[in-house]
Amino acid sequence: MFCTLLANATRQQTRLLSVSKQRGFSCRAGLCNSLQSLNTLSEDEEMMRDVVSRFAREVVQPKVAEMDEKEIMDPQVIRGLFDAGLMGVETPVDFGGAEASFLSAILVIEELAKVDPSVSAMCDVHNTLVNTVFRSYGSDTLKSKYLPQLSSEKVGSFCLSEAVSGSDAFALQTRAVRDGDYYVINGSKMWITNSGEADIFLVFATVDPSKGYKGITCFVVEKDMGVVIAKKEKKLGIRASSTCQLSFDDVRVPAENVLGEVGKGYKIAIEILNEGRVGIAAQMVGLAQGAFDSAMPYLFERKQFGTRIGDFQAMQHQYAQIAVEIEAARLLTYNAARMKEEGKSFIKNAAMAKLYASQVAQRASSKAVEWMGGVGFTRDLPVEKFYRDCMIGAIYEGTSNIQLQTIAKLLTKEYQG
Amino acid sequence: MSSLRILVGVKRVVDSAVKVRVNSAQTGVETTNVKHSMNPFDEIAVEEALRLREKHGKDKIKEIIALSCGPTKSQETLRTALALGADRAIHVKSDDVLEPLTVAKLFSKIVNNEKPDLVILGKQAIDDDSNQTGQMLAGLLNWPQATFASKVDINDNSLEVVREVDGGLETVSSSLPAIVTTDLRLNEPRYASLPNIMKAKKKPLQTVSPADLGVEVRNRLQTLKVTEPPKRQGGKIVASVDELLEKLRESKAL
Repeated sequence: MFCTLLANATRQQTRLLSVSKQRGFSCRAGLCNSLQSLNTLSEDEEMMRDVVSRFAREVVQPKVAEMDEKEIMDPQVIRGLFDAGLMGVETPVDFGGAEASFLSAILVIEELAKVDPSVSAMCDVHNTLVNTVFRSYGSDTLKSKYLPQLSSEKVGSFCLSEAVSGSDAFALQTRAVRDGDYYVINGSKMWITNSGEADIFLVFATVDPSKGYKGITCFVVEKDMGVVIAKKEKKLGIRASSTCQLSFDDVRVPAENVLGEVGKGYKIAIEILNEGRVGIAAQMVGLAQGAFDSAMPYLFERKQFGTRIGDFQAMQHQYAQIAVEIEAARLLTYNAARMKEEGKSFIKNAAMAKLYASQVAQRASSKAVEWMGGVGFTRDLPVEKFYRDCMIGAIYEGTSNIQLQTIAKLLTKEYQG
Repeated sequence: MSSLRILVGVKRVVDSAVKVRVNSAQTGVETTNVKHSMNPFDEIAVEEALRLREKHGKDKIKEIIALSCGPTKSQETLRTALALGADRAIHVKSDDVLEPLTVAKLFSKIVNNEKPDLVILGKQAIDDDSNQTGQMLAGLLNWPQATFASKVDINDNSLEVVREVDGGLETVSSSLPAIVTTDLRLNEPRYASLPNIMKAKKKPLQTVSPADLGVEVRNRLQTLKVTEPPKRQGGKIVASVDELLEKLRESKAL
């Protein structure tokens, strides 16, 4: 059930459903010719959301508190993610994936985050960054070698940040020097999500510092090639998701493991992070909803002054406000995802979705703790965890300031003469 | 050992997690804008068919066919069955209320066409709790039936079923073809993986009408009124057994 490209003439009345051969955009609810709400999903997207929601409740939920406490991702949860097909959402069937839409990946990330933003982070980075880089830029050889492993058993990690290069990513200093059929990589990476569990690393290193950002190249590095975890960070939130420092000491990588072209790594990093940001937005929407859903029933159980606290007008206005914000963040996120599927430019929309969703996640989880009072402040309930987990949304895959910068830059282009 | 084909019934019902409300006309429960899913006993039926195939191999269990009777939306339930592993689906499309006897008749016609060796149904659907379709179908076909199954196996071309009956378990065996209805403890259904959900879109789903099958949809039951159970009165905590007995006597419960 794939839509065909609609004529430009009908664009004003219809949602433009462009189709690329790699990823078909399936008609939602079987209707291709009418405008639909952003919440309208295709039958398979709906089914996937239900399946992931059940997976999150049955497999992830019982382990959330323990994984947070121990700062460890349970191997059974990781195995479960692979078995349910959540680690190759958009990966072509031929490479062991589901070949589903980008919005499907977004829904998976959102549903997981409602229960555990840490598990969601693992799935998000693996799908929207690592798999996407392989799909979009990998040679056929690299795709057929690594995508099946990434769909079935091996966790991927995206290694860009370094001690001195965070937002200023292209100031990175990790070096790759050609040596015959190999590149020899030296340097270190910081704050690398999934790196504790990963077997496949996308490493950004420069082949020639004198060329500036045009020296940056993306390498596929297997753990066995000599990736060393120097230190696992202890964090405020998403504690079950590993974040480590990596060191590369004369790591020899075959030259065919250059992903894309030599010197074009900067382009990969810039472009892929747009999709990544929609993923983080989805994680933050899920987190906000998870916190909200945890707190709301309590407001109608807890009585003070003989009244359910959810019936006080001061409370009603607060939860109504938060519900509106979550809905708005979700619509920004889904819209950015649909724009990506339709092949439209979505850089600004991705930045807006990520910025706003991370702000909403902060407000929603903060309010959820406050609404639940003393109970919410304890670790017996999940809301305090959502409150700790939300902060990462304003930091990784571009800080909030960087998102504002991106939006402002594009607005400047639109409005300056 | 000849190869077998299994027909599984799947009904679209209001999701078990939904808090149902009686509609304003008091003719049933509110179903608009309410989440629907596959009847949980039917999920168990699909799972059992899949497990039989996993146990005996694809050569022995040649085909698993999912069947649903109901409105267009029933196709979603059939897609779920396909995503779980059924090979193809048949949708008997009808917007009418279908009573168990009608459903049994529709099933019997499909059975005549498809000639399955085993029909697995949920023991009941969680919406009307009729618990009749499997038994009526066995009657119409004059096939053996094993209801409330908690264990199912196929040996050569006979069926062995452990049934949950009052006071214990009863083991029965029968020849094939036969009807089995599933009880809650038969198995724990899996959920579909994402790749299988996508593959399900390409599996065949055939739609027929009751008229195509020569079945007239004629209801024999009339629902007079549906009401919600009375609201639970607030409880009270008593300090001692004596007080409890006193309260029970007061309320004439003793």
